[in-house]
Amino acid sequence: MFKTLLKEVRQYKMPALLTPLWTTLEVIMGVLIPYVTAQIIDRGIQAGDLGNVYRYGAVMVGIALLSLLFGILAGEFAAYSSTGLAANLRTAQYKAIQRFSFSDIDKFSTAGLVTRMTTDVSNIQSAFQMLLRTSFRAPLNMVSALVMCFFIHARLSIIFLIAMVVLTVFLTFLIVRAARLFQEIFKQYDVVNGIVQENVSAIRAVKAYVRENQQIGLFDKAALALLRLNVKAESLMALNHPVMNLVVNGCVIALSWWGAHFIVDGSLTTGQLTSLLSYVMTILTSLMMLSMIFVQLTQSAASGSRIAEVINEVPDMQNPDNPVRTVPDGGIVFNHVYFSYKAGGDYALEDINLDIRPGETIGIIGGTGSGKSSLANLVCRLYDVSEGCVKVGGIDVRDYDMDVLRNQVATVLQRAVLFSGTVLDNLRWGREDATEEECREACRLACADEFIREMPEGYHTRIEQGGTNVSGGQRQRLCIARALLKRPKVLILDDSTSAVDTATDAKIRDTFARRIPGVTKLIISQRILSIREADRILVMDDGRVSGFDTHDNLLKANRIYQEINEMQSGGGEGDFDGNQD
Amino acid sequence: MAGFQGRGRGPQSGATLKDLRKSTSVLRLLRGMLREHKGALLTVVVCIVISAVTSLASSLFSRSLIDDYITPMLRTPATLFDGVGAGADYQPLALALLRLGVVILVGIIADYAYSLIMIRIGQGTMKRLRTDTFTRMQQLPLSYFDSHSHGDLMSVYTNDIDSLRQVIGSSLPRLLQALITLVATFVSMVVLSIPLTLVSLLFTVLIFLVTTRLGRRSKTYFTERQRNLGRVNGFIEEMVTGQKVVKVYCHEQKALDEFAVLNEDLRRSVFNANKIGNIIMPINSNIGNFGYVFIAIIGAVIALGGSQAWWLGGLNGSWLTLGTIVSFLTLHKHFTRPVSQISNEINQIVMAAAGADRVYAMLDETPEVDEGRVTLTDVRREGDRLVESAERTGRWAWKDGDRLVPLEGLVQLQDVDFGYVPGKQVLYDISLTAWPGQKIAFVGGTGAGKTTITNLINRFYEISDGTITYDGFNIRDISKASLRRSLGIVLQETHLFSGTVLDNIRFGRPDATDEQCREAARRVCADAFIRRLPNGYDTQLSADGGNLSQGERQLLAIARAAVADTPVLILDEATSSIDTRTEKMIQQGMDSLMKGRTNFIIAHRLSTVLGADYIMVLDHGRIIERGKHAELLAQKGKYYELFTGNQLT
Repeated sequence: MFKTLLKEVRQYKMPALLTPLWTTLEVIMGVLIPYVTAQIIDRGIQAGDLGNVYRYGAVMVGIALLSLLFGILAGEFAAYSSTGLAANLRTAQYKAIQRFSFSDIDKFSTAGLVTRMTTDVSNIQSAFQMLLRTSFRAPLNMVSALVMCFFIHARLSIIFLIAMVVLTVFLTFLIVRAARLFQEIFKQYDVVNGIVQENVSAIRAVKAYVRENQQIGLFDKAALALLRLNVKAESLMALNHPVMNLVVNGCVIALSWWGAHFIVDGSLTTGQLTSLLSYVMTILTSLMMLSMIFVQLTQSAASGSRIAEVINEVPDMQNPDNPVRTVPDGGIVFNHVYFSYKAGGDYALEDINLDIRPGETIGIIGGTGSGKSSLANLVCRLYDVSEGCVKVGGIDVRDYDMDVLRNQVATVLQRAVLFSGTVLDNLRWGREDATEEECREACRLACADEFIREMPEGYHTRIEQGGTNVSGGQRQRLCIARALLKRPKVLILDDSTSAVDTATDAKIRDTFARRIPGVTKLIISQRILSIREADRILVMDDGRVSGFDTHDNLLKANRIYQEINEMQSGGGEGDFDGNQD
Repeated sequence: MAGFQGRGRGPQSGATLKDLRKSTSVLRLLRGMLREHKGALLTVVVCIVISAVTSLASSLFSRSLIDDYITPMLRTPATLFDGVGAGADYQPLALALLRLGVVILVGIIADYAYSLIMIRIGQGTMKRLRTDTFTRMQQLPLSYFDSHSHGDLMSVYTNDIDSLRQVIGSSLPRLLQALITLVATFVSMVVLSIPLTLVSLLFTVLIFLVTTRLGRRSKTYFTERQRNLGRVNGFIEEMVTGQKVVKVYCHEQKALDEFAVLNEDLRRSVFNANKIGNIIMPINSNIGNFGYVFIAIIGAVIALGGSQAWWLGGLNGSWLTLGTIVSFLTLHKHFTRPVSQISNEINQIVMAAAGADRVYAMLDETPEVDEGRVTLTDVRREGDRLVESAERTGRWAWKDGDRLVPLEGLVQLQDVDFGYVPGKQVLYDISLTAWPGQKIAFVGGTGAGKTTITNLINRFYEISDGTITYDGFNIRDISKASLRRSLGIVLQETHLFSGTVLDNIRFGRPDATDEQCREAARRVCADAFIRRLPNGYDTQLSADGGNLSQGERQLLAIARAAVADTPVLILDEATSSIDTRTEKMIQQGMDSLMKGRTNFIIAHRLSTVLGADYIMVLDHGRIIERGKHAELLAQKGKYYELFTGNQLT
């Protein structure tokens, strides 16, 4: 994981390496300051030598100037390299996601990927910055201050060592205890937020059944548990300050007592005692800081491994070495195809054998989970088969260049997704250089032209993120038009007119039959009405082909088809809820 | 993990006091805390004062240590023959150190005490705020949920309330402590030496100026950073959500190129903002160091110059000694530190203030109006009289004062107009009567107003004109809880709650026994699939019901309505995407549920409309046709078009 993350430092390697150098120099300057102060007091003020006061004063101003310079450099370099790393990590992940196959996308949820690219990256950014600045500064501060102390008076400095041991033991105890508590707190936060989430989305159910008070009671209980845990954890953490004070001041008293003895002995000067006293804070705060670094690093380790997971994910689908770059025709063959979403998992498709001629219109029907979409997704190689093979135009889909295949086999996915941008921008996803007239033509085929022209700015109307300003049926028709712009040899509609009213649906099918007769069309639908006129209808049941024939023949012979037909009985039964836009 | 993560966010947030003045919520929060924890807060203030004073006292000790104890020991040889200090008397020093120890201990105890009290006050306030917010949320009308995104509502709990914890728990006490330290240090400095105080003050002012100057600059960067962050987040969210489309359209490289531009903008602005955050500390501490040198030099010049002019000394009339300079140097450090600390804490408070504003905005929302006096009660029949009963009898009555009216399920709408937002009417002149036991089906396209009508009957929304009556009572006069308890409802989208299957069915009626829940499930054909679940009725469900299909979830919702056993039912049939077998079960379940009740059905299925007593055809918010299936077909109007799918657009 660390290797993966560190590799992404890339062009920011120099500043990243220089940061500790500047920090080191800054720390050295900072440590020298109390020492020089001691000189000012001892050699200058005490000796009554104004010249020495000036001399050492000048030295100190010089050191402070250098410390300022190095401090600014360290700050700037740290910010530069850590934000650079963050940017690289975002790019690396986004690149990796672009390489993902459909099954990789399924594996990482969308929300999960967004978190990895945002929250996790900023965690790593601050951890890296801290690593560069503080994790060098703290031990350096500590060690160099200790060295100075031993240099001033070795025997007296033993006090520091004792204090450090005491503090280390305490901090370890605290961190271990607190880490466990915080784990519990996070869990409880999830519980509390879970209740809110449920109630926000199910508010209608809550109100309809007058369950407000019950839910408030539930929430109150969870909030109380959170309160208890938080009080416990914070009370524990509150020990930090008093213990630190106790140790620091214990040191001050001990130093004063024995220091006085050594001064009387003549082995220590008052100036030196002053510097020792000022090192107390430096050493012990550094130790404390070190413990915090440790805690933050362990916390961000989780973020780091989540990021590394994305970057290191090997896409399970690659272009072949000598890919075929043209699709000869729109014929589709399934040859003993078995398919499972997880290696070794249950088959979503079992032993599928199909031979579809170019230009045929095929309807696909069946219950949820019967394998309709899985089957369609294999044609343009959104997933790879587990066994057997799928051929388009007589060539195994795995031998094609993936871009070529997907442009020639246009799939309209079940979820109609549009992107923010104008209607035209969205349509041109199908073909970047399509003229406005070509876009209009595609929309006419998909029965979308009419409503687009009624929109405030026609084809230049902006679609909001998620396509929220167009209705479900309009969104679906735009997606179909977008696919048509590819001028594909095969067109797959995966339940793509479910929100379109029955009349418009019929009109679209009719237009397809007349205007693009040469394109092989696979139409998945829940409605018999939508596929009734297809050349052949594929009835799927539990991952297997239950029937593959014309409407009339299936009605005679296929039990499942009969059942579905019965359910949707009557000539025009379907949705009264069809979209009336 | 407030305690561990450090608080070095510093001034890069770029917020200013001016922003704070605009927000009253922090003040309201403080006032609330003050009212509730007056005694405890007073203790806290006392403790903070003790803690600040003792910490100052201990740092001043270095002066008395050297001047009053160690230097005298050097000057008093016991006999002429002993070495310097050989017979030094350590007793005064020991006593002084003991005194110091006690002072420090008192300080530490005060410190610990106030932290513990503040933790309890802070967390208590948080909890109260959370529960209050949640309670208020439950009372808000549905229109509030329509106009606020789920994400925004969630973030009140996940971000805004938490940011206040920082303020209460640590920012406020620290601010107070820093202010006290500042004042106490200043007084001590003036007492020790006036000229050195001026020097120290000069450098402090310098620090303050630099901090505010940098703060102002960072504010621009900070805003820019937030904007760019929002852009990148939005882009990632949109593109990752549509990643499958990106793949199908081979759009990967273009997406990468677009991302690279946004990402670089973000990097630059984060760098600028963080840079300022990083360099502010070294700048401040080194300005402090320069001050240190100047104080040492000026102090030495004065001390060695031997002038005893009063203005060169301190307020106490003493003049500069070596020890005074040493203590003054310590004081100087103590003086500069709170300056940056104060600006830091103010930033924290300003940032949290925005969150507090959102929390209080929610608390200030007006809850649903409910002025109904008529309530629902269980009754028993004694002779020809109805008598109120404490137990559930399966028979209900409306209670209006002393009057008991049996609950029948007669619902009438008269000339009802409605709009979700003023000025945008969606329903016009809706009039209809549903007699007890009748089935009323609504059909029509999306946006025709079918769901809206049902939402008016249970008063999810208030009508703008006309009347709705229920067994003769205007529904405005019926208490909302009673009204809704008398209406069963199956929504198209089923929301489940985390808990077992039984818990979810029992949601319909909290006092239902396990057996009653099972019985209800059996009645509506949900029993079969439930028993196939890993733990049957005790299977844990997650909130999104991930382990159940949409159809199965709707079956649970039907069971929920069945266990509630209400005289009036509102059913919203699911549209599509349900497989045939489950759909069949749902249909059976709904049929059995509808028996013996007044039903309002938003219909999508032929069998439903065939069985309806009345079909209301809605179009653009009006009832344009009504009647039975056959009559409507004969009319060859809108219903005919919808039914045959031959509608021409």
